[in-house]
Amino acid sequence: MKSPPFYRPQQIVEKSVPIIILSIYSLIALFPIVMVLMNSFKAKKAIFGAPFQFPSPETFSLIGYETVAQRATFSAYFLNSGIVTFTALILTLLIGAMAAFALAEYDFRGNAIVALYLSIGIMIPIRLGTVGILRLMVSLKLVNTLTGLILIYTAQALPLTIFILSQFMRQVPKDLKDAARIDGASEYHIFWMVLPLVRPALGAIGIFTMIPIWNDLWFPLILAPSSKTATVTLGVQQFLGQFVSDWNAVLSSLTLAMIPILILYILFSRQMIRSITAGAIK
Amino acid sequence: MRQRSQRRSFPTHVLVFLAPAVLLYSMFMVYPLINSLRLSLFEIGAQNQMSFNGLQNYVKLFSDSNFAPFFWRALKNNFVFFAVHMLVQNPIGLLLAALLAEGGKIRNFFRTIIFMPTVLSVVIIGFIWQLILNPLWGVAESMLKAVHLGYLFGPWLGKPESALVTVSLISVWQFVGIPMILFYAALIGIPDELTEAARVDGATGWDIFWRVKFPLILPTVGIVGILTFVGNFNAFDLIYTMKGANAGPDFSTDIMGTLFYRTFFGQQLQLGNPAMGATVAAMMFLIILTGVLLYMFLWARRVQTYEM
Repeated sequence: MKSPPFYRPQQIVEKSVPIIILSIYSLIALFPIVMVLMNSFKAKKAIFGAPFQFPSPETFSLIGYETVAQRATFSAYFLNSGIVTFTALILTLLIGAMAAFALAEYDFRGNAIVALYLSIGIMIPIRLGTVGILRLMVSLKLVNTLTGLILIYTAQALPLTIFILSQFMRQVPKDLKDAARIDGASEYHIFWMVLPLVRPALGAIGIFTMIPIWNDLWFPLILAPSSKTATVTLGVQQFLGQFVSDWNAVLSSLTLAMIPILILYILFSRQMIRSITAGAIK
Repeated sequence: MRQRSQRRSFPTHVLVFLAPAVLLYSMFMVYPLINSLRLSLFEIGAQNQMSFNGLQNYVKLFSDSNFAPFFWRALKNNFVFFAVHMLVQNPIGLLLAALLAEGGKIRNFFRTIIFMPTVLSVVIIGFIWQLILNPLWGVAESMLKAVHLGYLFGPWLGKPESALVTVSLISVWQFVGIPMILFYAALIGIPDELTEAARVDGATGWDIFWRVKFPLILPTVGIVGILTFVGNFNAFDLIYTMKGANAGPDFSTDIMGTLFYRTFFGQQLQLGNPAMGATVAAMMFLIILTGVLLYMFLWARRVQTYEM
């Protein structure tokens, strides 16, 4: 193979070494995931006999998925996770945007103190209050309810949401709001007018609020461990604990739990990464 | 123009906008946290009767033979867990970010792939790696044999000497995407003029990175450091998934999060103890708070943030 004449050898090395390093690391990142996906579609013998091969017509099998369909109530888990994540997300965005608007827009007495109070929660993880949270939930009769989880996740996501949104809301031009005020719009109208203008920020916060809620094990385990309220993460954790020796079932349930997030990620990865980098550049 | 006339009073609409967030946050985050700190100063009986006993729970945690060995071991293990993240995860994240920041289609593709494990649940990651490292399946062993390193393979997760580092590295593998993406964002924010000038002067890529770019992203280095610290001293899910609440083998992977869970809820023959659980949580709170304050006063204040 001949190298292009206009590159000196040193330049070729400089250009290709980063690509080689990145390729190797990408393989490391992808390999365990691919192994699970691939082997979940194979018969047990092939899982152990030829783990590195793609499923072929001889080795293809859906036995793991059949076990999961019979034994686990994954659809109920997905529904629970969906309800909790979606409701907490909407509440966080709406309540967070309202507070962010108040802090960004009005120069009321105590503004800085309220902002500081709300931002403590950015750095202090809510888990540290678990003993208090469980007692509170017991007294409110919210143990083993999805409502309890939704309230905790909303409280957990609010500080960062308010902090980021208020920065974006400060950038909305004053003229626009003042013009609306002169036309007699109420402050509530102005809030609904500003909200669509920070849509990109809402989208980014939405994605980054959703992922940790969907993936959380701690609070479902402590506040809502009943089989009726189990989320996907908890359901998978418990299911895998019981079926640890049934490799087909383990691989299939892992695949089922991964697929929705992987699809969402592949669809939105561009926006996700752009939102972080845009925030950093500003 | 801000509304000066409203400065004095506290207008209704401001109250309406703020109330839901402040109430929800106060009730479900601040109040339980404060209550939890308060409970660490009480003894709670079987019938939920409470009696104040000052700092006795802390004395017990530090010196009672039922608690102290576990506490000090979990604390030490947690620092090992943190050290592995600082020494492995963050440098790899920086390296990958520096390579990705050059831009181009293929690098954007790599960026998407490398970030992928980060969005998956820790439970899934834990089980995946348990399978990969399982000697029964032999995937890890075959991989090592393929590069003639088969003799290195062992039941890493099962041995007390290697389990903690193995679990830490799995966590590193999952979360390397976070420092990577934060460093990446900071690096692509550096204007080209700054690096061009150095390039014209004949500086190599290596020099430009360490002498021009790295000093400019120091604020991000601090943010990555403190996020790693807070995340690590609050970790639980991975160890609970892979090694159970007893953080085996022989408590060798026990960190503050698993100790907190076990103390609060009890495990097997040991009864749960809310007051001692609250005490462990209070220690986690103090450790994290110390880290955050050190970051704020020793790092964030001294490191110059450049407007770019």
